Amino acid sequence: MAQEMMYGEAMATAIMEEMQRDPNVIFYGQNMAMTDRDPMRKMFGKDRVRIAPISETAEIGVAVGAAITGLRPIVELWMSEFMLVAMDQVINEAPRLRYMSGGQVKVPMVLKAGFGFAAGWAGQHSNCLYHTMMGVPGLKIALPSTPADAKGLMTAAIRDDNPVVYLHHYMLTLDTGEVPEGPYVIPLGVADVKRAGTDVTIVATAWMVKKALAAAEQLAQEGISAEVVDPRTLAPLDSDTIVQSVKKTGRLVLVDQAPRHSSAAAVIAAEVAEKGFEYLRAPITMVTALDASVPYSEPLESYLLPNESKIVHAVHSVVAERAGV
Amino acid sequence: MHEREKLGKDRLIWMYTQMARIREFEEHVKRTFLEHPGAMRGHTHLADGAEASTVGALATRHTDDLAMPSYRCHAQPIVLGTPPRKIMAELYGRKDGLCKGFGGSMHLADPANHFPGTSAIVGQSIAHAAGAALTAQVKNTGQVVYCFFGDGAAKQGAFFETLNLAAVWKLPVVFILENNQYQAYTHISLEDANCMAGDPLSQKAAAFSIPGVTVDGTDPLKVYDEVGKAAARARAGEGPSLIESKFYRFSAHGNAITVPPAPTQFPEHEAVGVYGNKDEYKAALKRDPNKLFRAVLLNQGVLTEADAKKIEDSARAEMDDAVAFALASPLPLPEEATNYVYA
Repeated sequence: MAQEMMYGEAMATAIMEEMQRDPNVIFYGQNMAMTDRDPMRKMFGKDRVRIAPISETAEIGVAVGAAITGLRPIVELWMSEFMLVAMDQVINEAPRLRYMSGGQVKVPMVLKAGFGFAAGWAGQHSNCLYHTMMGVPGLKIALPSTPADAKGLMTAAIRDDNPVVYLHHYMLTLDTGEVPEGPYVIPLGVADVKRAGTDVTIVATAWMVKKALAAAEQLAQEGISAEVVDPRTLAPLDSDTIVQSVKKTGRLVLVDQAPRHSSAAAVIAAEVAEKGFEYLRAPITMVTALDASVPYSEPLESYLLPNESKIVHAVHSVVAERAGV
Repeated sequence: MHEREKLGKDRLIWMYTQMARIREFEEHVKRTFLEHPGAMRGHTHLADGAEASTVGALATRHTDDLAMPSYRCHAQPIVLGTPPRKIMAELYGRKDGLCKGFGGSMHLADPANHFPGTSAIVGQSIAHAAGAALTAQVKNTGQVVYCFFGDGAAKQGAFFETLNLAAVWKLPVVFILENNQYQAYTHISLEDANCMAGDPLSQKAAAFSIPGVTVDGTDPLKVYDEVGKAAARARAGEGPSLIESKFYRFSAHGNAITVPPAPTQFPEHEAVGVYGNKDEYKAALKRDPNKLFRAVLLNQGVLTEADAKKIEDSARAEMDDAVAFALASPLPLPEEATNYVYA
C-alpha cells in the first residue's frame, strides 16, 4: 500500500514510525517540541523528544556520547550550514570513534538538516555542503530526491549503526508523491535509476534530480533518450550503477547544485574516468553552480545555479560529440 | 565528612594502590622513550601529579558509573579495571592493544569497563560525557558520568555549550575540571579570565547556576568528599556540578614533537623549559600527592612502611609486566587498516 504524501511529511513519518518501533530512538533540536501540545512530545514524552539550546557543538557532541552508550539520537539541525559551527563533532568525532576504538563502539546517529534553499536565502543559508563531508571515512551522507526516498532513506539512516548526515532539500519540501506505508527501508549506498534511457546518462542528486527529469522530458521530444541516475547517498557512493549506465549510454552529464570546484560531481567524474573510460564516447560534462557564493537577488541566484536549459545544453554538446567513436 | 567516614581501611589502601599503579604506569611510559626509542609514536600525555584527583573522584563511583576523560586518559581505565598490559600494548601500537593499535595513547576506549571513549580534540569529549549522561537519564539506569578535562578545555565552546545544556536537561554528570595550571605550554594566568582576576575556575559554574567548588586535588580524601556530593546530586536527578580540582602536572604536556627519524622523549616541564621558573616546579614536587597520601596513611596507622613498599613494588612489577607484554605483542597486519570504518 502506498499513500500520497509530501516530501517533508514523508521524512517526519519515518521518524515517527521508527520512534514507535525502537525506544532507543530519541529526537531533539532547536525550536521544536516547545510545548506539551507538540504531537511528538505527546506521543513519546519529554525524555525522548526535546528542545535543545542553540548550541550545535553540544547538540551534536551529546548525540555522539549518547550513541556510543546505547541510544540512537536524531538531531534536528534545520539548516546544513548550522553544522559548520560544530564541524569537529561532525567530521572529527562521530565518524572516528568507532575506528579509533578498534571497533569497540558504534555511533548510530542521524544529523538531519535542510540544504540548497534557492529562494533568496543568500550566501549563508543556501549552500550545498556535502562535498565537505563525503570524503570522511565512517560518515554516511543521504540526499533524498522524492517523498518515497525521503522516507526510505530516513528509516535506513535511523537503523544504521553509523553516523548519517541526512540532507533534505528545502525546495522539495512540498513536493508530493507515492510513499509506501509501514516500515520502508532504502539501503544506504544503492543508486536509483529515476528514468531509463539509452543516449546519455545524467547523474543528479536531490533538487537537481527534478531538474534532470524535466530536461530528460524535453530531450525526449527531440528524440534524445536520457537516463537519469540518482545516487541517493554520496557516501557510500554506488559508482557501479553509474558506470553500468555509462556503459549503456556512452555519455555522462553530472548535475550538482554545489560550486564546481571539489564538487560531488567532480568526484563522480573521477570514478567514471577510472572505471568506465573505455565506455565514454564524449567527454564527461559537469553542470554545476558557478564558483561563487549564492547571491540574494533572484536573477543573480538563477544565473548561478544549474537549471533545466543548462542541462539540456550540456546533453546537446555530448550527444553531438563524436570523439572516441 | 559524612562521605569520608564510609572509607574503611581496605578502601583507603585500595586508593593508595591505584595511585601507585597510575604513577608506575606513567613512569614506565616515560622511560619507554629512552629504553625503546621509536616504540611509541605520535603524542602521549601523562597523568603524574593527577593521581589523588583521579582516584579520589573515581572512588565515589557506583559499579556501573562511567568515566570519560580527554586525551590524557591513561589513569582512569587503570582505576576502572582495564588491564595495564592492554593499555601499554595500545601505546606500543600492538595487535593486543586495547584498541588493536588503531587509537594509541590519545584515544583509549574500553566500554566493557565503563570507559566508553575519549577525544583528543580539547574540550570536545565534554559533550560526549553529557551524551552518555543523556543515555543514563533516558534509560533511567541510575548511572552517573564522571567527565574529566583540563583547565585549557574550560576555554572551549564545547565546555560552555555543554554545561548549559547539561544544566537545562539536568543530566547526571559531574564535570571535573583538572586544573593543572598549564594549557599545553601556556600558563593559566595568560589565558583564563577567572585566574587573571584572582578567582577560582569553579566560578564558571555560576554562569550556569549550578554548584561549583574548588578542591585541593593533591588530597584524594578532599576530592572524594566534593565529587561524592556532586555525584549524589547528579544521581538524585538534580543535575550537573562543576568541581575544580587543583594540582600540578609533573611531566611536560606531552613528549616532545619531533620529526622522524629524530628520537622523541619528554622535555622538561614547561615551568622550567619555557618559563625558566625552577622554583615553581620544585615547590610543586613537594606537594606530590602520592607522597602526601602515603604519609597520611602511615601516620594514621593504615599502612606500615613495609605495607606501602609492598604496594609500590607490586605496582612496579605489574607495569614491568605490561611493558614486557607490549614488547612481545605482534604488530597489527597492515591490511587490517581498513577494518572498523563502518559498523
